[in-house]
Amino acid sequence: MSLKKTMMIAGTAMLFAGGAIAEDMTIVSWGGAYSASQENAYDIPYMAKNPDVNIIHDASSNEAVAKLRAMNEAGNITWDVVDVVAADGIRLCDEGLAMELDADTQLAPAPDGTPASEDFGALMVADCFIPQIVYSTTFGYRTDMVGDTPPTSVCAVFDTTAYPGKRSLEKRPINNMEWALLCDGVAKEDIYDVLETEAGQAQAFAKLDTIKSDVIWWSAGADTPQLLADGEVIMGSTYNGRLFSLIAEQNQPVAMLWDAQVYDLDGWIIPAGLSPERQKRALDYVYFATDTQRLADQAKYISYGPARKSSAPLVGKHATLGIDMAPHMPTDPENAKNVLLPNYEWWADYRDDLDAKFQAWLSK
Amino acid sequence: MSDATNNGPVLSADGMPLKRSLAKALRREKLRALMLIAPLLIFVLVTFIAPIADMLFRSVENNIVEDTLPQTVVALKKWDSKSGSVPDEPVFTALAADLKVAVEAKTHTKLGSRLNYEMTGISSLLRKTGRRVDKWDLEKDAPFKEKFVDVDKDWADPEVWAVIKVFSSKYTSGYFLNAVDLQKTPSGIEPRDEDQRIYITLFMRTIFMSLTIMFSCILLGYPIAFLLANLRPKTSNLLLILVLLPFWTSLLVRTSAWKVLLQQQGVINDILVWIGLVDDGNRLIMINNQFGTIVAMTHILLPFMILPLYSVMQTIPVTYVRAAKSLGATNWTAFWRVYFPQSVPGIGAGCILVFILSIGYYITPELVGGTKGVFISNRIAYHISSSLNWGLGAALGAILLAAVLILYWAYDKIVGIDNVKLG
Repeated sequence: MSLKKTMMIAGTAMLFAGGAIAEDMTIVSWGGAYSASQENAYDIPYMAKNPDVNIIHDASSNEAVAKLRAMNEAGNITWDVVDVVAADGIRLCDEGLAMELDADTQLAPAPDGTPASEDFGALMVADCFIPQIVYSTTFGYRTDMVGDTPPTSVCAVFDTTAYPGKRSLEKRPINNMEWALLCDGVAKEDIYDVLETEAGQAQAFAKLDTIKSDVIWWSAGADTPQLLADGEVIMGSTYNGRLFSLIAEQNQPVAMLWDAQVYDLDGWIIPAGLSPERQKRALDYVYFATDTQRLADQAKYISYGPARKSSAPLVGKHATLGIDMAPHMPTDPENAKNVLLPNYEWWADYRDDLDAKFQAWLSK
Repeated sequence: MSDATNNGPVLSADGMPLKRSLAKALRREKLRALMLIAPLLIFVLVTFIAPIADMLFRSVENNIVEDTLPQTVVALKKWDSKSGSVPDEPVFTALAADLKVAVEAKTHTKLGSRLNYEMTGISSLLRKTGRRVDKWDLEKDAPFKEKFVDVDKDWADPEVWAVIKVFSSKYTSGYFLNAVDLQKTPSGIEPRDEDQRIYITLFMRTIFMSLTIMFSCILLGYPIAFLLANLRPKTSNLLLILVLLPFWTSLLVRTSAWKVLLQQQGVINDILVWIGLVDDGNRLIMINNQFGTIVAMTHILLPFMILPLYSVMQTIPVTYVRAAKSLGATNWTAFWRVYFPQSVPGIGAGCILVFILSIGYYITPELVGGTKGVFISNRIAYHISSSLNWGLGAALGAILLAAVLILYWAYDKIVGIDNVKLG
């Protein structure tokens, strides 16, 4: 028998065998280092435990909401589990595109028996959304460009005399409006009340106006790390995990400004309308992937804090760098001295309105 | 018998009038041709025309309000939205009944997102109300007016009701009005608040910048195509590869490369500072503005100009220019009067390609456009994938499509579409 023929037969045999044994499960996430951390912490152990499941990765989370809606309208849902940020999780729940879960019966309890709903606590922001990590949007600054007085407060961003140079901010109102008001003397707990009024919005825009010509606006999470590494900006906002890899993995002269970091959540949703067997499989995966140990394991690969209280004591060292991960977590007490909590419900109301105003302001 | 033949219509061999027989034969031929292209036609219809039509239809479709609140919409018909007072009890009773069904089907939050595009706050209002309505009993708990106001005082705001009433029809012009910075209110069509007007600016900017990019492409591409068409094949093939190489490179890589070159700490600024042309404190700002977008997009779209130009120029016989010169034309006259007119179809094809591609571009402007270099397509992308306001996205897209078709029609009138050649 020729080699080619042998290979063809072997290939066909494998195809049949594969079809008979492994069931495909499509898990959607963000790609890059984040997906890698999930693969290491969840997928590899899950597949070892369930050899009949074959996990397929799809890095489409940034357009998950639109794609899920399109799939839902077409009546053909090809995704089984989707990783989204909290705001998107709430929207998917609102639109009826994500399945509602009961945390206490469908998620693993903590090792000491605490039910999941208590273990996650206030982080369960929607009935469809299972939190996974806490990340934060915070500032990083070039240590070699700030002189002898490194910034300690988020208001350094608005202080162009003490810290001249460009800064990078995200090209959307969320977070920027809060920081602007905070640095314009509004108390942390009053921010959303003030922002609700026309005058409050004008106040925030006026504060942003003072630095408008010094801002480079970013839309991709990788922008600020690149701008910082090139010395293009003196400071910039981005996700804390991106800054961690810039500082710890790429050894750039950059430091974190944890002050007034804005917490946000990332977690799983299961699309509504899956067939019962696929739904069962997705639930089984989520049960496994969000248990206490798995969430703690993920922190070995990326500096995002586990969403369960019971996972925090289990956070260890970075898998390859060997450094202690706890001090790099946004939830570490040293870093979390001054934290802003986003008001998801408020933003669900004001997002469309403020976004229109923000874009009009930008183009002026 | 012979009389009839002479006076009546000309007959074919089988006794049928010739005209009919010919028409029949032609029809058969046409049918056969249609059958041959049928697979392609069906493919294009199903995968291209139908989805576009479906998407465009969303720009006027608005049956969510009537589907979710059928009884309320009927009850609201009697209410005058300009009266400044809150509707009466029957409307609230209808709303309670509608919401009860909607909460069961979980469609009330969807309606909330839809109406929130028109009035901030309705999203949470419906979410909040939905949680309470679920516990009400339709018969025992009446009357409902106070109950609703008790849940949220916004239900006592006539403006909320006006929004529901204005957007209760099955079809709406609301999205199209929003797309041109207007809004639909109970008292008619009004301009949007000044701090929310953005789309007209973006449309103008998109057209203006696409034209600039198109002209830059002609300026840069014409000499290159001329060179390619007139060099020895060996050399010109080598040069053609240089044109095509970036064409085959990922769009993101090319855009990021421009960032590295153009940014303030970038290669070009470094060189200018090094040779002393620019002061270190005043480095040029060449990216995150319109200039950056125009440079990056001209580079990315250049092959679409060069290739049609090149293939048209190749077909222009060298002898014409030689003949012109032998008749006493200067180099310039020979080029301008003889060569250039023959290359116009290539310019036409290149212009259409570059202009239509650039008008719909959004990745490059998003990455290097900063605040003043973004296009209308960036907003369309935002509404399709982020805000989920597909109606507004579709309306913006429909206007963009109409603008392209008008420009295409104008082009056909001025230059003539027959004057376009790809080779």
